[in-house]
This record gives sequence, C-alpha cells and structure tokens, in this order.
Amino acid sequence: METVKIKIDGIPVEVAAGTTILNAAKKAGVKIPTLCAHPDLEPWGACGICVVKTENQMGVSPRLVRACTTKVTEGFNYITHDPEIQSIRKTVVNLILSNHPQECLTCGRNQQCELQRLAEEFSIREIAFPSNVRRVPKDNSTPSIVLDATKCIQCGRCAQVCQQLQGVWALEFIHRGENTRIAPVADSTLNESPCIKCGQCAAHCPVGAIYENDETDKFFAAARNPELHIAVQMAPAVRVALGEAFGMEPGSIVTGKIYAALRRLGAKAVFDTNFSADLTIMEEGSEFVKRFTTGGVLPQLTSCCPAWTNYMEEYYPDMIPNFSTAKSPMMMQGAVTKTYYAEQKGIDPAKIYSVAIMPCTAKKHEIERDDNMHASGYPDVDLVLTTRELARMIKMAGIDFANLPEEKADSPIGAYTGAATIFGVTGGVMEAAIRTAYKLVTNEELADVNITPVRGMEGVKSAEVDIKGTKVRVAVAHGLANVKAVLDEVRALREAGKPQKYDFIEVMACRGGCIAGGGQPYGTDDDLRAKRTAGIYKDDEKCTLRRSHENPEIIEIYEKYLGAPLSEKSHHLLHTTYEKVKTYKAL
Amino acid sequence: MSVGTAEEIKFSDELMAFIEEWKNKPGNLIMILHRVQGEFGYIPRAAAMKVSGLLGIPLAKIYGVITFYHFFKTKKPGKYIIQVCLGTACYLRGGQDIMNELETILGTSVGHVTDDGLFSIEAVRCIGCCGLAPVMMIGNEVFGKLTPEKVPEIIADFRNRG
Repeated sequence: METVKIKIDGIPVEVAAGTTILNAAKKAGVKIPTLCAHPDLEPWGACGICVVKTENQMGVSPRLVRACTTKVTEGFNYITHDPEIQSIRKTVVNLILSNHPQECLTCGRNQQCELQRLAEEFSIREIAFPSNVRRVPKDNSTPSIVLDATKCIQCGRCAQVCQQLQGVWALEFIHRGENTRIAPVADSTLNESPCIKCGQCAAHCPVGAIYENDETDKFFAAARNPELHIAVQMAPAVRVALGEAFGMEPGSIVTGKIYAALRRLGAKAVFDTNFSADLTIMEEGSEFVKRFTTGGVLPQLTSCCPAWTNYMEEYYPDMIPNFSTAKSPMMMQGAVTKTYYAEQKGIDPAKIYSVAIMPCTAKKHEIERDDNMHASGYPDVDLVLTTRELARMIKMAGIDFANLPEEKADSPIGAYTGAATIFGVTGGVMEAAIRTAYKLVTNEELADVNITPVRGMEGVKSAEVDIKGTKVRVAVAHGLANVKAVLDEVRALREAGKPQKYDFIEVMACRGGCIAGGGQPYGTDDDLRAKRTAGIYKDDEKCTLRRSHENPEIIEIYEKYLGAPLSEKSHHLLHTTYEKVKTYKAL
Repeated sequence: MSVGTAEEIKFSDELMAFIEEWKNKPGNLIMILHRVQGEFGYIPRAAAMKVSGLLGIPLAKIYGVITFYHFFKTKKPGKYIIQVCLGTACYLRGGQDIMNELETILGTSVGHVTDDGLFSIEAVRCIGCCGLAPVMMIGNEVFGKLTPEKVPEIIADFRNRG
C-alpha cells in the first residue's frame, strides 16, 4: 500500500495515499469539527465547518480547504486549529443557525443534535445574523417518521443514504438557492413516495429534520387504563443498544434490565420477540426445506425485515413467488400473544394491548400493512416503539436503568435460543435457519453451529453449506443498495431460463442489520455496529440452547396449539401475502 | 430505479426516436427534458414518469433537475407567456411597476397562470434590448418603453385574439 507522510498541526503521521485530511487527523488524534460528513457516506463538502489551512515549503496558503473532501499531499502540514480558523468556523455555525429555527426545547433531537453540540462548543451566546427561517409544512404522512424540512440544514446525508446506501430514491433536493429543500418529489407526501420507512434518513440526520414518529404517549395512556393488559415484546437488536442511552458501553447486553424496566413502566406481561424469531425459523426453515426438496420456487428470500418487504413490493414485485410467506417475528409474536397466550391465561384478547420495542421505524408501518396483521381478530400489535422512544420513557419514569436488577421474560412465549438473538445482525437469520434446516433435513444436529461465512460487514456474502452431502447455496445482503445486484442476477437467470446461483437469500435493509436500524440510539457508524454485533454474538454464545427447534417453549406451542410448522393454524396466524405496490402511490 | 407510469402519456415518434438515440449517452437527461418541454410546453408529471421509465433514472433525480433549472416548468403555462424583464436596466426604468400592473389586471402573480389559462407571467433577466427598457415579451412579440398605463391595452389586444 502506498503511503504518504504528512503532518497534522506539526504531528507527523503516515497514512495511505488518498486519505482525506479529516481521516488523517483522526489518526493523529486530532478532532476536526464536522457537520455534514458521516463515516457511512462519501464526503461532499456541504457545510464548510471542517476547513483547515495547508502549509508547505511555500509557507501557509491563504486558501482554506475542506478537510472532509481534500486528500492529503506528501510533505504537507495541515493546520487544523488556530484562532482564525476557529473564528471562520464560528461564522459558519452562526450562518447555519440564522436559517435554523430556535426550537431546541421541543425538538426530537434535543441534547442529541450535532448542530446544537457545535453551537455549544463554539460558545455561541447570540446568533450573529438576523433569523431567516424558511417554513415548510411538516410531513407526518407516514406512521414511521416525520420530515420537518424547516429544520433541515441541507447537509445532504439523508438524500445520500436514501439514494446510495438504500437505493430507494424517496428523498431528493428540489428547487434551488434559498428555496432548496429536501422532499419527496412530484408533489407526493413521503407516504406516497417510494419511501420504505427504514428510517436510515432519521438515523443519519444530524439535526431534528427527520425523526421517528414519537408514540410514547400511547403507551402511557394504555398503562393508565386498568382494563388493559399490556403485553410487551422486545426485538433482538434492542438489548445490545439501549444501554448506550444510559452511558453503558455499546454492545452491553441489557436484556434482563429491559424486562425489569418494561414491568415498571406498566407491562403486565413481558415477552421477547426472540421467542418468535425461533418460531420464524421453524416456519421459514420448514418452508425452505419444502421448497428445496420438492422443487419449489428458489431462491427463497427472507421476509423478516419490513423495510425490505416494502422495497421488494415496489421495485421487485416479480420476486413475490420467491418471498417467504412467513411473517416477521414481531407480527408472529403479536399473533400468538392475542391467541395462544390469551387462551392459556384466560385473558380476553380484546383487553390485551400488544406493544413491540423495535430498533426499526418500518415496524411502525408494518403493523397496519394489511388484514393479515389482524390474524387474531384484533390488531396483533397495537403499538411499536423504537429503542430511542423506550430510552426516553425509562428516563421519564425516573427508572435508574443502569442499576436495575435483571428480571426474566414471561412464559409461555418468552424463552429464546441463541439462534433467535442473532436475527439482530446481518447473516443471523441465515445462520439460524441453517442450524435448524440441517436438523429438518437430516434429523441430526449440526455439530458446529457457528456459520462464520455469513457473518461480517461485507455487503454481499455467500456460502455453500454442506447438509450431509447436499449443497445449499446461500447469500446474505444488507444495505438495500447491495441487494439490487443480487436480485438483478436472480431475475436475469430466471428470464434466461438458467439455473439459479443461490437457494436461499437473506436480506436486511439496514447496513449491519437491525443493530443499526433506523430506530436505534444515534451515532451509528461501523465502530458502533461492530460493538453491537459483538454483543449479539456474545448473547448467542451465552445461550445453552442455540438451535431454534430446541427451545422448550417452541416445542410446547407446537404440541399444545399450532400442531406442526406450516400447519393450517400456522398459516393463518404466522404467514402472510404480498402484492405489487406502486413506487408513487398517488400517481 | 425507474417508476411504472400510472397515467400513460403519448410521446411523438420524433421524441421517442430522440430518446432512443440518446438513451445510453451520458448527460442525456437535460437534453431529453428540453425536447419533452418543447413538445408539451412544460413537463407534465406523466411525462417525467415516462422519461424515468425509459431511461431507468429515478423520478426523484428528474425532479431534482427540473425544479433546479428555472427553464423547466412543471405546470402548464398560459397560452400567452408574458415575460417581464427585471434585469438591471429594466428594473431601474420601472420594470417592477409593469409587473405590479400585470399582476393587478390579470389577478394572478408571477410564476402563475390566469384561471382561463390564457396568460402566465414570468420574470426574466434581460432579453437583450436594454435601450427599450422597460421591456416585456408576450410570446415572440417585444413591447418596449412601457409604462403601466400602456399595459391594459396590450393585454386587451391579446384577450381579443383569444
């Protein structure tokens, strides 16, 4: 690898050729302030906060360059901080603030806003320029996210995420100059646009211009109603991220504390979506084995991720026959909560208020997808709250989260195996499915349950799994832009009448999987993804049972209630249908 | 990511041939949009969707372009497009007064079309005859050395043409 030797504020540092000044400075331990730059994205120099001076044999250049977009040059020294640069940066912050509403107290990003933090660091006590805020109506057409373009600072992160990382193209800058704004196009609302509700725009927005639809009030209203029996489930990825909101190390496993906190918040029953992740494997794994052994449509595509489901229905509706009919674990959990659990405990399902804590904003949309989401005869899930909302609720309720004693989930739909918990990371659904498919095909247990080729951050991973001589070819893709190439290949092979390359493909919409979902605590980048992922695999290893079919409560629900995977009852409660959806719903 | 067209719109054979010719060449979008506007007088939403489908370019990107450039219109302009010059010379000679008068007698504002679809008003920057300031154009006709008093008569004349 070619390297260059440079200096950052006189500190010698050697970096790979082509490194930006910003990243070289990080290596030298120097922090240059940024606002538009994000490690997930290509820098494009929108905000101008990261300006630095360059110095070479000719002296210090009077021209300032943007550290995020400028690559280092051999032998140069970069001056990242001096009173003049600080003054210029302060002016930039002031200019942005003059276009930004002063509504911090009621903003969804209050105390977690990157602009607010800069205003604080730059000691701004009065905004140097007259306020010139361009008001744009809020778009709260989706149940998942709110677009408040009035607060937009035009950093461009959301558009880049939506277009390049996710390949969705719901958001774009329209108009020009001071009229420029971020919006869905063609006079569509966000809900009518191709938006898949993944919330990655909200996760990447540095300010409060896009944020999750806050529904915490609904939970507290339910908790005040003595008639209601609140039953809560929690997704795998929440347990390794929520701790961050309480100053704990990212990746800390706080499952038991969350169970305890949910009870203190008013939950009468605390379940775990992981139970239904195991149930999903029984259904989806059986579906795969059936397709694989009886010449069904392959490759089978996983269906756990609602943002991916939305994407498929819009952009690849010809893949519907490939799509697993298994509902997502959340919807399965909701359905068995209001049927099986209600029957077992003799509770009127009409009185059950079913709540799901999710790392995901698309889940808020999923619960009202269609009538299949009312399989129990009631809304199977009444309310979805993101990890961020749960964190605020715990704070609001004055719960000392970090010091909470750990509690256990409730029976009969609360136990889980290691196979379930890894649903929270890319590759996890596939790995869990293989662990059980092996048993279903051979009636023997897979010796080593660690399927490492499907793990990791590569955009598309593939592996060949040997099930006693039968080769199963699998692929795993995450970050929807990576999925396109895989699906285009499936389509091309099908249209050409050629054999498919894969038998089973797992897709998760968000880079890294649900641990980096649109509803997770802010600040997600690959370092944080790695820590949360490590937490998930640690949770898997902690489990004595690591195969879904070994979960005693899973065995019990099939014995007592469902009969067998893919039974009529299973189909009614745990499976669904898909249909083609227009990218622009109103056009 | 292209979009399926809900409302089909018919492109002329010439336009389709042009799109076919430029389909895979870089920088084709703006050229094609020019031709579309040439055919319809503006870029109807259905046309933008059709271009998206034909070129495999996301609709969002197309709207990013057509809302960026003032040249492209997303709404059907009036039969007569009135362009009032607000360039430096015309502005100093009272171009804004001409604009105000037009807005008053047509009951609409710059960038909009009259209810009968006959007139739309646009502000432009210099049409190259500053000696005649203040100037406006209606269609291809130029009207120079204007005063607000002259405007009603000119508009009445176009109204009579229908």
